[in-house]
Amino acid sequence: MHRDERVFILGEDVVFAYTFAVTKGLKDEFGEERILDTPISENGIIGVSVGAAIGGMKPVAEIQFEDLLLLAMDQVVNQAAKMRYMSGGQTHVPLVIRTPGGFWGSFGPHHSQNIESFFMHTPGLKVAVPSTAYDAKGLLKTAIRGDDPVLFLEHKRLYQMQGEVPEEDYTIPFGSADVKREGDDVTIVATQLMVHRSLEAARELASRKIEVEVVDPRTLAPLDKKTLLASVEKTGRLVIVEEGCRTAGIGAEIAAIVAEEGIGYLDAPIKRVGVPDVPIPFSPPLENYVIPDAKRIVSAVESIVR
Amino acid sequence: MKAESGGRTESQNLLAIYGKMLEIRYFEERVGALWRRGMLPGSVHLYVGEEAVAVGVCINLRQDDYVTSTHRGHGHLLAKGGNMSKLMAELYGKKDGYCRGKGGSMHAAAFDIRMIGANPIVGAGIPIAAGLGLSIKMRKTDQVCACFFGDGASNQGTFHEGINFAAIWKLPVVFVCENNLYGVSVPVSKSTPVVDIASRAVGYGIPGKVVDGMDVLAISDTAAEAVERARKGLGPTLLECKTYRYEGHSRGDPAFGVYRTRDEVEAWKKRDPIEKLRQHLVSSGYITLEQDQEIRDSIASAVEEAVRFAEESPYPPLEDALRDV
Repeated sequence: MHRDERVFILGEDVVFAYTFAVTKGLKDEFGEERILDTPISENGIIGVSVGAAIGGMKPVAEIQFEDLLLLAMDQVVNQAAKMRYMSGGQTHVPLVIRTPGGFWGSFGPHHSQNIESFFMHTPGLKVAVPSTAYDAKGLLKTAIRGDDPVLFLEHKRLYQMQGEVPEEDYTIPFGSADVKREGDDVTIVATQLMVHRSLEAARELASRKIEVEVVDPRTLAPLDKKTLLASVEKTGRLVIVEEGCRTAGIGAEIAAIVAEEGIGYLDAPIKRVGVPDVPIPFSPPLENYVIPDAKRIVSAVESIVR
Repeated sequence: MKAESGGRTESQNLLAIYGKMLEIRYFEERVGALWRRGMLPGSVHLYVGEEAVAVGVCINLRQDDYVTSTHRGHGHLLAKGGNMSKLMAELYGKKDGYCRGKGGSMHAAAFDIRMIGANPIVGAGIPIAAGLGLSIKMRKTDQVCACFFGDGASNQGTFHEGINFAAIWKLPVVFVCENNLYGVSVPVSKSTPVVDIASRAVGYGIPGKVVDGMDVLAISDTAAEAVERARKGLGPTLLECKTYRYEGHSRGDPAFGVYRTRDEVEAWKKRDPIEKLRQHLVSSGYITLEQDQEIRDSIASAVEEAVRFAEESPYPPLEDALRDV
């Protein structure tokens, strides 16, 4: 925002930032002209952002919960994502939509979803899914400096996680996966919180002499197929861990890519670990049952190693 | 520049209004004929009968002002100063169309004149117009945005959300409701509990005005006030123009006989805005009958030129399907 005066933030409660405090204090630094509290009006927020972006600004819109993006699907999918294409390249929409998704703990079916796969299925949108503070900073800078709409999905549980973040300016290019842990036996592909649960599973598996490689795509669109396939070529085994529903989820897409372009690398069937096709329940034991944890990931890995 | 400002300016302005309405009328009639002959892919929604609204509003706009539009967008694009040939080529899906053939009738956009596109998602342009207004306010220019939408859009959530945004932030937007009395076949009386959609402005604390949509000068005068108000940073206005489409909703939908009577259509045609202005121009001595014929011939041949341009333009290369995603 210091670098580019066209950048501004808008969203519900972004000045006080009660919910997750991501934008807290920014009003003091940048003033009310650039940090705009909006009505509770999700489709309006994104529609206004699309218009402002076409009009030469660089809005960073916050949607308070990922689930609420569904209220703005027309503006995200029909307008923002398609504007460059359907105008024949006459315009573009430099818009970043930030939103916290995933489960938090008994927030219930309307405040706990991970719907990353919906947007991976939308041409014209870039989808960033950072799992660490370092990645979040670098990817967000790339998103804001870009010319096209980016859905920047944050995970509620990762807001509390600490990580090393350099003071200096740096960017992380989109479509560049990061190997969060190296290993020779099995590749796990996971995003956001599931990266951390996969790393936890990997530590457990290491004690059983199974070395897991954890690949974090960091962006789902564009997707770094090269790193993914190289890892599967090395390990011969693939488990995909996702916090969304399994059916037609990111695991389905990644599995299909490996089946099409790397089936010869595989020594065992691909496994997917995800939420069964149900909403996220409120009751803590039920919620913990449907969200993949390290134990389920360990079992999935063992099922194709043994 | 108001239509009734008098003298030479007035006559030039009236002739510009007249010519632009005729251009849209002839263009749309030709598009209808081409569509019926199977020359145009997809669907078209014709603006015939509603010309006074687009022209009456856009005559008050500068080239750097924005326009958002609807599924029935050809008239808005031409009224804003768009090029008939490039629009026609777009309707054909040809390479030389405004959007290189990738948008077609329902997405035709001319960013060079800041007409940011027809939009067939009913009401979707309303919050986008508010956003363009926000960009104007943040960039501190005195541009405005004219946002066209139909009676049907006024029952969408986007109508409420978009106008609410524009009202709380006093954005330079003129919301223009083209009330043509039907949402496809459904009469507005069945879909809308108020007689005047402009009365909904009260809910946003902004001015709401009803205008005869068949009277281009009344529209131009009222729009001039709304545009000026917006330019001065005083906020948005909701302008409702009661108008009528002479043709069916789209494609094969008949003009009358199903949900509208022939008498109803004929009664509206008797109030035709172009004919009304023509009589005024001739009877007031602005133009002679011969000059009128010259104007008509010249526009008709420009439309034919647009058709020729579109037919001669090649289809886009197939690799274009994968570009500009």
